[in-house]
Amino acid sequence: MAEQTGWSDEVFSILRAAGVAQVAYVPDAGHKQLINRCIADNKIKHVPLTTEEEGVALLGGAWLGGERGALLMQSSGVGNIINMLSVSNECRFPLLMIVTMRGEWGEFNPWQLPMGQATQTTLEAMGVIVLRADAPEDVPETVAAAAKLSFEAGRMVAVLIGQKVIGFKNWDK
Amino acid sequence: MTEYTLERRDVVHRILKERGDAAVVTGIGNASHDVASAGDDPLNMYLFGVMGGAVMTAFGIALAQPDRRVMVITGDGELLAGIGSLATVGVEKPKNLSIVVIDNQAYGATGGQLTHTAAGVDLVGIAAASGIPRTALIEDESVLESAIKDIYQGEGPYFAVVKVVAVAAPRVHVPNDGTLTARRFRQAVSGKVG
Repeated sequence: MAEQTGWSDEVFSILRAAGVAQVAYVPDAGHKQLINRCIADNKIKHVPLTTEEEGVALLGGAWLGGERGALLMQSSGVGNIINMLSVSNECRFPLLMIVTMRGEWGEFNPWQLPMGQATQTTLEAMGVIVLRADAPEDVPETVAAAAKLSFEAGRMVAVLIGQKVIGFKNWDK
Repeated sequence: MTEYTLERRDVVHRILKERGDAAVVTGIGNASHDVASAGDDPLNMYLFGVMGGAVMTAFGIALAQPDRRVMVITGDGELLAGIGSLATVGVEKPKNLSIVVIDNQAYGATGGQLTHTAAGVDLVGIAAASGIPRTALIEDESVLESAIKDIYQGEGPYFAVVKVVAVAAPRVHVPNDGTLTARRFRQAVSGKVG
């Protein structure tokens, strides 16, 4: 099964429609197409990060400056942001995160399992609202719902895009 | 270890005296007290939790408010905890961002344990090697006044380390309700409420 990221174009349109002006990311194969759309768009400021926690801080700043943002990362990156979520929580910053999952459906790499299996509970332990999409057709409306929760209800929200959506990783590709 | 003579609170007060309408983000620790002791301001965002987030928070503000100077005032320990953010700033080169590190070479809030800068880790060198085009090392009075001008003038990103004497300054009241200070700040810089 090849990587399926046909949902990326719709998600990009949803982010644009939600007024997202800053997109920060640490790359993941599942986000490749969405990241490329953001890079090609001259209205979205895209910021590649050295580590995901930079993105949590950046998007706090985006909101402080009057803009909206989104953070794209792989589930392993969730482990890197936990303490920084304290800032978003205390300041009640909206925080929209789109997380592509590893370490679950059909994972071949055992090193991905610990964080992948702990991703949802870890986020929830820090007060993040977690929405999951496990079919490609569910991804866009889940992101739209998360954007509403984040920007209008002012909450930290993560969309976990299941590994089943992305497909098995094919290193030959 | 070199003995420095500049005093952190005096340095921060002199920097802030020239701030105009600059937005200021403070790093957790003494830097927040230094800034608050100069007088509270809606354009101050005091971070009171998590080491390593001050530069990126200010960067996000700088992207959203490209016509306003955004300044970070933080400590060496706080910056070291998010040292990769200098690489990210060096790549993106936000023109309106200035970073000022008050370097006492110690974790002042936890008992004065030495930070890596005490052993010679060169923050100015890291910033320059990360692609931050304008940097300064301020070790004494002779270059402080010209550096204060550079913080606010010229194209960013600008990065300065001010070496200060490792003596704690008195604690002051710093507004520590993040929900309140964040909304006050956002309204002051962007006019947006809620």
